[in-house]
Amino acid sequence: MQRFLNNPDDLVDETVAGFVKAHRDLVHLLPENPRVVVSNVAPKAGRVGIVTGGGSGHEPAFIGYTGRNMVDAVAVGEVFSSPTAKSFADAVRAANGGAGVAVLYGNYAGDNMNVKMAARTVAKEGIEVATVVANDDVCSAPLAEREKRRGVAGEIFMWKIGGAKAATGASLAEVQAAAQKAIDACRSVGVGLGPCTLPAVGHPNFSIAPGTMEVGIGHHGEPGARVEPLRTANDVADDMLKIVMDDHALPAGTEVAVLVSGLGATPVNELYVLYDRIESGLAGMGMKVHRALVGNYFTSLEMVGATLTVMALDDELKALLDMDCASPAL
Amino acid sequence: MTEFTSRQLVDLFRLVALRLAEARMDLGALDGAIGDADHGNSMAEGFAAVVRATASEADLPPGRLLGVAGRSFLSAVGATTGPLYASALMSAGRQLGDRAGFDAQDLANLVPAFADGIRERGKARPGDKTMMDVWSPAARAVADGARRGLSASGQLRQAEAAAIEGREATRAMVAAVGRAARLGARSLGHVDPGAASAAIIISALREWLDAQAPASDGGPG
Repeated sequence: MQRFLNNPDDLVDETVAGFVKAHRDLVHLLPENPRVVVSNVAPKAGRVGIVTGGGSGHEPAFIGYTGRNMVDAVAVGEVFSSPTAKSFADAVRAANGGAGVAVLYGNYAGDNMNVKMAARTVAKEGIEVATVVANDDVCSAPLAEREKRRGVAGEIFMWKIGGAKAATGASLAEVQAAAQKAIDACRSVGVGLGPCTLPAVGHPNFSIAPGTMEVGIGHHGEPGARVEPLRTANDVADDMLKIVMDDHALPAGTEVAVLVSGLGATPVNELYVLYDRIESGLAGMGMKVHRALVGNYFTSLEMVGATLTVMALDDELKALLDMDCASPAL
Repeated sequence: MTEFTSRQLVDLFRLVALRLAEARMDLGALDGAIGDADHGNSMAEGFAAVVRATASEADLPPGRLLGVAGRSFLSAVGATTGPLYASALMSAGRQLGDRAGFDAQDLANLVPAFADGIRERGKARPGDKTMMDVWSPAARAVADGARRGLSASGQLRQAEAAAIEGREATRAMVAAVGRAARLGARSLGHVDPGAASAAIIISALREWLDAQAPASDGGPG
């Protein structure tokens, strides 16, 4: 694939530089750390701060969810690589309005370690940190070992709910509980049709043979549950929905929020083709779609494929999901 | 045993940084096969940051200086590599405490101290295809050499051999934790880049100690 690239080593800095220029109405860079993107309305005195962070290459995640009633500060890592503990710590400081900071991030080894070390650093400065670790990727581990599951696109709902809860003036424990409830209510699955290439590497480090698809693939090409011949969009949509809903076990009549995200190189119209079938399938199960998001919300460079996330809603989650917000991506 | 100073510890970091910088492209290529190709950059830049930070604080005792080294590595490097080597350096610092100098045996003991710090932070087990597949056998080799009465230099020579063996053994492993675990069986057949850089560090410790020959009491191991 041909790319728009200068020096691959500068890619992340250039991405972030362009991002804060394009969205200067909403976000800015932390002057002392160019790997931290901060909302223009953060910190808010007396409000719980919301922080996330992760590797680059998932745009608009993670930086795109920085903004009003959303994430206050985001630590930016190298491509597909956890940010430093220092960047997480700086993001926490930037988000701190004196009422504690909730760090809402995905379940990956590097992020777990760096967040933990950052939390210890800022604790010495008197900033209280609570964490919620997203683990919505159904195929990455069995339900009984949910703590081993990776975090994927369900993180977007976790940030939205956490940011909205903080905006209500809730305490750190309440924000943490709401974000935990949000991610607990999410199940996701990914299907890959084509691999992605890290710009510094120059070749894909995994392959998906033509005519096949990888069901359950992760956000960095982690192997899925099975590789099988590519089927029609409707068959793939049915399969994705079955994987997610079998894990969910929701009673009929449940209201849900649905997110279908492209992985980078899949045309957006194909995402709507999937969504058409998914919503029909949900209706067939007696589910009511309260809100749907379809588009490139959480990508993996130029991977071909899509993820489906279904979040079960209750009154609290519904109200928080519906709260007004302003960020570049949502 | 002759005592080394904190300035000599900075000198040791300089050699480690140099050897990692020389291997930058090779490590990048290894990592390109199963990771994101940045391991050479991360390690070289991480230890360059260690040299910068420790050179300006060389009046601290060596144990404290290792703490400075750990914090500077953590600020410079993300992913799992940052916290793991930060923990390694801090673990070694705690073992030295506030002593004014360190001797050749302390230097050899850096290997098990690093292994402890990395194991505690990363929880990787032998066979998971990580840097622990080098640090664990190297730490055992130091302990084993000490038990057999080898000099510090001799212990490090054993550790170096164990490290190279451990590095090569990762080729036949399937990554179970860390970033390469994302590839599962696709990681088979490749040397783990974290294991390769660990072996470079251990070799550099041995090389540095041998270069101080008049100061160390170790004969040929």
